[in-house]
Amino acid sequence: MTISKHKLNPNKWIDLHSDYLYQYTLSRISDSEKSKDLVQDTFLSALKAMDNFQGKANERTWLISILKRKIVDYYRKINSKKGRAEVKMSFYESGENKGKWLEECVPQTWESDTLDTIESEELRLVIDLCIDYLPEKYAMVFKMRTLQDFDTEEICKELEISSSNLWVIIHRARTQLRKCLEDNWFNK
Amino acid sequence: MKNNFFIKCDDATLICDKKQYKEASFWERLKLSYHLLVCKNCRVYPEQNEVLTKLLKIKAVELSQKEKHLSSSEKKQMKEKIKNNL
Repeated sequence: MTISKHKLNPNKWIDLHSDYLYQYTLSRISDSEKSKDLVQDTFLSALKAMDNFQGKANERTWLISILKRKIVDYYRKINSKKGRAEVKMSFYESGENKGKWLEECVPQTWESDTLDTIESEELRLVIDLCIDYLPEKYAMVFKMRTLQDFDTEEICKELEISSSNLWVIIHRARTQLRKCLEDNWFNK
Repeated sequence: MKNNFFIKCDDATLICDKKQYKEASFWERLKLSYHLLVCKNCRVYPEQNEVLTKLLKIKAVELSQKEKHLSSSEKKQMKEKIKNNL
C-alpha cells in the first residue's frame, strides 16, 4: 500500500494561495508593497526548490515555511540597518541619572479632555503619523503585539528574540508614542 | 539587580507598559506601585498609557477590517512570472 503524498501544482499557486500568503505577510510586516514583494519572492523560491519537496506537508504549509524564512530575513535586514533603526530615548542611558527621565521627556499633564477626543478623526491621524515615525524594527514588534493578534511567545519564536528584548522594544515604542501624542495633540 | 525592589523610571514605565498587555507579574506590579508612590514624574504615565491603549485598540479594529487581498492585475503579474520560471 502506498501512502498518498501531497503534490505541487505551481499553475494553481496564485489562485489557491496568494491571498492567504499575502495576508499572512501583511499581518507580520504591515507594509503592503513589501508584503507583495515577499509573496512574489516566495513563489519564485518555491519553484526553484520544488525538487526538494517531499510531499510530507501540504502545498500551503510548505509555501508558508518558505515565506516565514523570507520574513525573518527581512526582519534581520532591518535589524542590521542600525542608523535608521535608532529610537528616540526617553531616559538617560548612562551616568548617575541612568534610568531617569530625560528632562525634556518627563510626562506632562495632558491639557485637553482626553476621553472626549478619543473618538476624533484627527487624533487617529496623529497616532498614525506617530506610529509611522517609529523606527522600522520597533514598529514591527510593536504592531505585531499591539495591533495584530500575536502573543508574546509567538513573536519571540518567530523573530528569534527574548521576551525581555520584546518588552524593551515595546517600552521604547510606547514611550516614544506617548511623547509624540503629547507634543502633537494633547499639549500642542 | 533583577530582584531589587527600588527601580528606576525606565524600569517602572516598562512594567507599566507590560501591564497594559496584562503580562506584568505580581512582584513587578508591587515594585511599580511603590515607585509611583515616590516618583512624581512617573505618576501621570499609567493614566496616559491607558488612553494610548484605548486608541490603539480602536486602530487594531480598524486594521482588521481592512481589505487584504491582492488585486487581479497583481495576481496576473505573478502568474506570468511563475510561467516564465517554470
